[in-house]
Amino acid sequence: MKKRIISGILVLALMLGCLYVAQRLLVPKYQKGIVEGSMIAEYYKDKSDHEVLFVGDCEVYENFSTIELWKDYGITSYIRGSAQQLTWQSYYLLEDALRYETPKVVVFNVLALKYNEPQNEAYNRMSIDGMKWSMSKVNDIKASMTPDETFVEYLFPLLRYHSRWSELKNDDFEHIFSKDLVSHNGYYMRVDTKAQGDFPDPTPLADYTLGDKAMGYLQKMVDLCKEKGIDLILIKAPTEFPHWYDEWDEQVRAFAEENGVEYINYIPLQDEIGLDMTQDTYDAGLHLNTQGAEKMAKYFGQYLVDNYDLTDYRTDASYASIWQEKVDFYNEMKAQQYSELEQYGELRSFGANAIED
Amino acid sequence: MDTLLEILQDLHPEVDFETCDTLIDDKIIDSFDIVSIISEINEEFDVVIPAEEIIPENFNSAEALYDLIQRLGDE
Amino acid sequence: MLFTSYEFIAFLAIVFVLYYLVPKRAQWPLLLVFSYVFYYLADPRYLIFILVTTISTYVLSIRMEKINTEQNAYIAENKATLSREEKKAYKAKMKARKWHLLLVCLFLNIGILAVTKYTNFVINNINSFLSDASKLQLVDMIIPMGISFYTFQTMGYIIDVYRGKQEAQKNPFKLALFVSFFPQLVQGPISRYGDLSQTLFSEHKFEGKTVSFGLTRILWGYFKKVVIADRIITAVTTLVGNPDQYAGTYVFIAMLFYAFELYCDFTGGIDITIGIAEVMGIRVAENFNLPYFSKNIKEYWNRWHITMGTWFTDYIFYPISVCGPMLKLSKWSRAHLGETIGKRVPIYLSSFVVWFATGIWHGAAWNFIVWGLMNFVVIMISQELEPLYAKFHHRFAVEGKAPWEAFRIIRTILLMSCIRMFDCYRDVPLTFKMVGTMFTQADLSVFTNGSLLGLGITAADYLVLVVGFVIVLSVSLYKYHRGPVREALYAKPAAVYYGAMALLFVITIIFGAYGAGYDSSQFIYNQF
Repeated sequence: MKKRIISGILVLALMLGCLYVAQRLLVPKYQKGIVEGSMIAEYYKDKSDHEVLFVGDCEVYENFSTIELWKDYGITSYIRGSAQQLTWQSYYLLEDALRYETPKVVVFNVLALKYNEPQNEAYNRMSIDGMKWSMSKVNDIKASMTPDETFVEYLFPLLRYHSRWSELKNDDFEHIFSKDLVSHNGYYMRVDTKAQGDFPDPTPLADYTLGDKAMGYLQKMVDLCKEKGIDLILIKAPTEFPHWYDEWDEQVRAFAEENGVEYINYIPLQDEIGLDMTQDTYDAGLHLNTQGAEKMAKYFGQYLVDNYDLTDYRTDASYASIWQEKVDFYNEMKAQQYSELEQYGELRSFGANAIED
Repeated sequence: MDTLLEILQDLHPEVDFETCDTLIDDKIIDSFDIVSIISEINEEFDVVIPAEEIIPENFNSAEALYDLIQRLGDE
Repeated sequence: MLFTSYEFIAFLAIVFVLYYLVPKRAQWPLLLVFSYVFYYLADPRYLIFILVTTISTYVLSIRMEKINTEQNAYIAENKATLSREEKKAYKAKMKARKWHLLLVCLFLNIGILAVTKYTNFVINNINSFLSDASKLQLVDMIIPMGISFYTFQTMGYIIDVYRGKQEAQKNPFKLALFVSFFPQLVQGPISRYGDLSQTLFSEHKFEGKTVSFGLTRILWGYFKKVVIADRIITAVTTLVGNPDQYAGTYVFIAMLFYAFELYCDFTGGIDITIGIAEVMGIRVAENFNLPYFSKNIKEYWNRWHITMGTWFTDYIFYPISVCGPMLKLSKWSRAHLGETIGKRVPIYLSSFVVWFATGIWHGAAWNFIVWGLMNFVVIMISQELEPLYAKFHHRFAVEGKAPWEAFRIIRTILLMSCIRMFDCYRDVPLTFKMVGTMFTQADLSVFTNGSLLGLGITAADYLVLVVGFVIVLSVSLYKYHRGPVREALYAKPAAVYYGAMALLFVITIIFGAYGAGYDSSQFIYNQF
């Protein structure tokens, strides 16, 4: 009888081990092509703290070069951003980050306020799966689930991704236990250029009121920052599509005033920043390319330095050595992207072309 | 009893009804056979076997069936 | 709550743990509470229906029971003084009183079943005779989950009480549990009170072997249902949903796929039900006994959906075929139609009723009625051909020889699968047409030209299905030739037994066709 119980326990342990390995194997690795799913988890690997923390959607993680902020001003920053990151996701990622560090400045991009409901299962997964477990993650999941999703599939991602057994790629085996860095402190690099084209005229909306769920989480973000003594800056990135309606702008402005936080809309400041949208975007004006993101970082960094009491860490040896690695990685990737551009006229190992079939 | 055996033998000449006592349990006779048997019994013995008496215990052997006929005839 | 939902699995886990934690006398009340919770979660309105059935059956069965006791006491008391005729007359009187009670119960409960399930079917049929202007409105009727199953189960109980075969349950809550026992609420089996009550209300202490056997059975059920049935169903739906595109050989493929799907889905579901009960030490009647190893259709119906078959036999076939008028008819027809045919008349008539009822019980549609009657026709034909078979067997001595037996088994599978196509197609004429194309438009190239990959399942799915088929077939063959598989595994070292369980679990988790599926293109970040 005793022997039976022992075998039972051993088999159970072995089975759980197998399921764990299977889970590691079957969850998407986001190492090439679609790398956005890797970015949230990379935060935990970063060795130093940050004085500036960005939260938001692609309008932060594609538009601000964290490395440029370091190179020009010695600002240590990190972007916790993911595809179509919703306001509550940004809030919970901030809450999550505050478990590890307290930055001086938090920057939130307001475009996500247009969404008041969960939007897309895939983007939810890319934003949430990478988080470490905490109440922030639990609440993030609850706030983000679309009607067809279940909590248990977040708890055990194997249940969500089990059907990938038939389409496993080399990457899945290679990166089963360790993943390569894909971002630069949350910044997603693209050096290619595709000039901005004509955007469709904005369609009039029936109701311009920003939703109460989104605004509620913005309020929570303000309160959380106040409580921790953090300065919150609301920004609207300089890219013009998706359209940012004046009515929305007014609401955010009023909200910022009421709550005594900064709000800067960079769309009218394109010229001042020095952006040339025929050169500084890689996808026809939706997002900036690295050249643009560096311009943006230069401009924004100056603003930060002028208005907030930030430390120039370039003189601090321990930070400098950590950041030197980052700068090297940044330069290396940049060189690789440029050489691919030169050779093929387009990026091959980055972006959509790199997705393995 | 002989009449009964004759009825049974007619249905399944290959079965030894005098000794077999698992007619139902071993699925030797099926529901169609049972209905035929009941209607034959009704003819020969003028005994009506109601549906509630159709239980394995009453049909597992010729003897049990004969007892049933006797009992129903008595009532 | 579907069996294959996370909610149900969580629900099960809670029930199992509590079942063995509460004091043993609280075990069956706990099951009653959870059965009602289960039903409530499906739809609170359902509770009204199941309560009406439970209460009416309880009250009437108790009154019948009183009549039974009264009758026995009276006869025992007056044994000496009553003449045979007086006794008979008294019994008849009492029986008539019980009969009225039974009729009330049957009318009420079968009435509820009929109204909820068949009102719209009747309206549709009436409408087909009416002009557009005068068509009747369909009603928005709720059909309580599992009503066909629990109604039949409960009516079986009251008939048994009526017949004096079963003592009435005095405790209304126990009866309520018998009616609502949650594992079998959705799809049966249709248990008999005499069987189920033996273990349903008793106290069960935790026994490792029983619990692990139950869990294995549940896992096996999920394996068949989730890995096989839910995977192949996509192809079946594609094939039968687009009859214009998929005729001829495709119909044949659909037929085989559906046979496999239905087998895995239904037996899998029943395995889950029986396994759940087994974990709690409760024995639920078996509903299948390797049906696809049947050599003829009659045998098939003794092995497939057994509890339904015996229910129809005991409560419809026998009462009709041995009732007074039928016996008279039998006499008359023998006298006028000759001995051989005359003998068959009652059987044929009551079989017809049974198969009509079986058909309509499966669903409110002509498809099911025709399906039931097709079964009737095939069974009657094979009954008539039996002497011929006997001669054939006698002449060629093939019986018991493997190829001949295999031929009979395959023939039965094909025949049953073919009849079952009425389940699949939209209506009866279409079914006949499509089955017809199987013979007129056969085209074997569909097996080789890759069109099988266009049915909504991929090559990887086919691989899983083939492996799944081999596993199911091997287990069935083992059971057929050697006996219970779990016992055999249990006799091996514990690590082997638990290893098999663990493997089944892992396979089901990874290769199950559940959840959203993974489409990497959804993850491509476009625009925002």
